[in-house]
This record gives sequence, structure tokens and C-alpha cells, in this order.
Amino acid sequence: MTVASRTVPSPVAHPRAAEAASTVPSATVKLEVRDLTVRYGNDVAVDEVSLPVRAHRVTALIGPSGCGKSSFLRALNRMHDLTPSAKVSGSAVLDGGMEVCDPRSDPVTIRRKIGMVFQKPTPFPTMSIFDNVAAGLRLVGIRKRVVLDDAVETALRQAVLWDEVKDRLRAPAAGLSGGQQQRLSIARALAVRPEVLLMDEPTSALDPQATQAIEDLILRLKDQVTILVVTHNLQQARRVSDVTAFFYLGRLIEAGETEDLFANPREARTADYLSGRFG
Amino acid sequence: MLTLRARRRRDAMVHALLILAVIIVMTPLLAVISYVLVNGLGSLSLDFFTQDLGSPARAQQGRPTGLMHTIIGTLVIDGLALAFVLPFGIGAGVLLAEFPDHPLNPSLRVLTDTLNGMPAILKGLLAYALIVQPMGSFSALSGSVALAFVMLPILARATESALAAVPWSLREATLALGVPRWRVILSTSMPAARVPIVTGVLIAFARAAGEAAPLMLTSFGNNYLTFDLLAPMDTLPQRLYSLAVSPYREWHAMGWGAAVLLLGLVIIVFVGARVATRRRFP
Repeated sequence: MTVASRTVPSPVAHPRAAEAASTVPSATVKLEVRDLTVRYGNDVAVDEVSLPVRAHRVTALIGPSGCGKSSFLRALNRMHDLTPSAKVSGSAVLDGGMEVCDPRSDPVTIRRKIGMVFQKPTPFPTMSIFDNVAAGLRLVGIRKRVVLDDAVETALRQAVLWDEVKDRLRAPAAGLSGGQQQRLSIARALAVRPEVLLMDEPTSALDPQATQAIEDLILRLKDQVTILVVTHNLQQARRVSDVTAFFYLGRLIEAGETEDLFANPREARTADYLSGRFG
Repeated sequence: MLTLRARRRRDAMVHALLILAVIIVMTPLLAVISYVLVNGLGSLSLDFFTQDLGSPARAQQGRPTGLMHTIIGTLVIDGLALAFVLPFGIGAGVLLAEFPDHPLNPSLRVLTDTLNGMPAILKGLLAYALIVQPMGSFSALSGSVALAFVMLPILARATESALAAVPWSLREATLALGVPRWRVILSTSMPAARVPIVTGVLIAFARAAGEAAPLMLTSFGNNYLTFDLLAPMDTLPQRLYSLAVSPYREWHAMGWGAAVLLLGLVIIVFVGARVATRRRFP
């Protein structure tokens, strides 16, 4: 069981996957995760997961509730630092250089490169739409009006929200609909120009129309950022991702090119999960 | 199963009980306010706000006398106490709420709870031992320190619960933008908790503004105007008490006036809190 899960983690390990990968020019590894383990006290949430995350591809993390996919994602921008009971070991190397999980690396620098969008939209309630998007830039000391205006517009356009809010940038962000708030959260994350964007079930609180908008957005954004998205929705994983990784009981069972993994899962548990026999 | 009519009757009954409860709660408050106003409004005059008290002879001979020095003293002592306590009270609340697993927190909780339950006169004694005795005289400064001890636990706990009500996800969202932890507190947690924190500050202030006992042992009281922080200074609650227990009828009347002022101060503070913390976005 353990052996199988460790021999298959890389999409490259699969011949057809390697072939597919080689046709994409930017298939370099952006984030090399090795033996990542997350423990809460004595409970192991993520168990020695290794996964090379490819640049400018969308990687979907799927699996039943409690399988460790969110814990895995949160380890990648040091969100576990806030939970004293959480212990992270193993390594995740960004661009072949920066060690993300090493407690000695500066979490602030890491989080500027690896942004995150959460399950529930999190607009800052006391701020306007403009201020929400500008928040990350202002907090790193950017004050120039022109620069902020420009960055806010770019981020809102990237998040396909600009046309809906351009006439009311000073209005409170709390007045937007749920789907708009989530796109605002994405715009806010994009405004600081991260290289990697982690999305933790970004559409689970949204209606189908808003979900569609976010999915289109993910497809459009992958030219600019590398995306990891946790989802409960298998169809969504299939629609938006290039690579899919299946987690179960804290382990990475199988990872591969999405079409390939859905069509020919090689592990019995993956097949069972994909066909809805559990989860 | 109750019939629909029986349910309606029951609903009306509970509704009536709730209204009765509100009336019972409001009665003492309205009684105090109206009694104080009826007895005290008459003694408010221009002199009351522009003269200091002086000796009892002044009031008895109908010469100008007032509580200007008391009003100023109250503002000075309460303001100074607030200035002392703000960084510590808010800081303690931030530690309790933002760093829930900090090793100092259990002892900090016990300390604030103990301080909160301690009678105010003991806080006066504490300030007496800490400042009055070593310095050899009653002083405004010692009064401010005593009131700061009254405010501290209220402010710490109010800040803590205000921050605890801010969803953790907001902090994570800010952190995820690459913002250092301390800036997350200043830029996200504190603004989101602004209304209840300001309310907490004002409640602590109003509580301390009404305390007489700790001030008798510290700022002591003064019949004349002074701005010397190392000298005795007058305050409304302590002056109210000394006027009320004095043997002079004229001073009893002024005591009612002091009560009107104290009540007014507390009401202004609370109404001010409402206005100041009104939501920016309607």
C-alpha cells in the first residue's frame, strides 16, 4: 500500500503522462514536494506525500473529507504556523531554491510568492472593494496612487470582476454577492502577484453560475500562475485541472494527467472513489 | 397538540411577560434618573460651573461657589487613568485573543479575573501603598493609578472578547497575502473589532468614573482648583459623597448637582460611544 503510493506520485512516472507533459513547453517543476508530513498532536493528517507541482498547470487535489488534502495545501504557504499543535516535516522546494517548509525560512516571503484563496469568501468587512484588492500591496508599503490604481484594475480584470464593480470601487465589499466576494478574494490574492495560487475548495460555497465563473477564471489564470486546487467536485477537477492527485487517509494514492487518471485509474481505491463507491 | 388558538394565546402571554420584564428592569434606572434630575437641576447655575467650592461659609453666606474644580479634576484623573491603562489593557486582550496558546495566558486570565472581582477600595489601598505612602502625600497621580486598576481587567477582557469574535479566516486571508503577524493584528483584527473595543474602553471608563472609594484613599479631594498632579485633587463621586455627609444644607443641594453631572458624564460617554462607533457603511 505504502509502496504503491510512493512509486506513482509523479505524473512523469506514467509513460503516457510524460508524453503529454513534454508537449507543454512550460512543464518545469515549480514546487517540488517531498515526503511532506503534517501531524496534529499524535494524529497524522498528511503522511509522507511527494508530488512535483508543474509550472503553469492546474493541479487538482481530490479525495474524501478528512483525507488530508487541505492540510497538505495549507502546509505549502505555512498556514500551519498558527496552529501550535501542528507539526510539519518533509520538504517543499520552490523554483529549486527556497525551502517552503523549513521553519527557518521566512513565512512572509513565502506567502508573497504562494498565495491562497479560501473556501469561504473572506472580504475584509471594514474595507471598500478597492481597499480590499489594494490591501496586500498597501501592507507591503506601496502607497503610490497610480501604482495602486493600476494594480487593482489589473487584478480585478484578471478575476473577471472589473466590469461588475468598476463604477462602485468605493462601495463596501460586504455588499457584493457570494460569487463576487470570492472573485474579489481571488483578485486580492492576485494583486500581490504570487507565483503559485493555492485554492482550498474555492467554489464549495457558491451557486452553479458563480462556480462556472471561478472555473473559467482558473483556466484563464494558468498562463500567469501555477494553481493547486482542492475540490470535492470530481467533475470540477476534470474540467479545470491538467494533473489530478488522489488523497486517501492522509496518503497520496495516485497522481497523473487528469484525463488519464479519470479514464484509467491504476489503483483500486482511486477507481472506487471516482466511480462513487465511497467518499 | 395545542390548537392554533391556544398557541396564539400562549405566544401573547410570553410576549406580555417579556414586556413586563423590560419594565421591571427599566424602573429603577428611570427612578434614579428622574429623582436625581428633580433634586439636582435646581442647584445648577453658572457659578456651579465657573467657581470652586472653597469653605462652607461661602455657600452659607450665599457667596459664589461651585464645582468647576471637581469637573476639571474628574477629567484630569479619569483621562490620565485611561492613558495609563490603554496600552496595558488592550495589549493583554491582544495577547489573550491573538495568541491563544501563549504560555503566559493562563496566569494572565487568573490575574485579570482576580483584579476584576476585587473590591475597588482594595485597588485604592494598593495605589495608596504604591504611591501615596512612598511619596508622603495624597495626589491626583495616585488616584489615576487606582482607577487604572479598576479599568484594567474590564478593558483586557472586553478587548479579548472583541477580538475573539473576529473570524479566524480573516486573519488567515491577510496572512496569505504575505503580511507579517503583527500587521495582521493592526490591519485586520483590530479594525474588524473596532466597535466592541471602543465600547469596552468606554464601559471601563464609565465604571471607573463612578468609583468613589478608591479615590478617598488616593486623590483625597480638594476644595480648590489645582492642576498639580502631585497634590490632592477633587473628583465628582468623592465630592458627591463628602457633600452628602457634610452638615450643611447648602452643600446637600450641591451634592444633588454633582449627581446630575456624574449621571450626565456617564450618559455622554455611552451616547458618544454609540455615535463614534456607528458603522461607516450604512
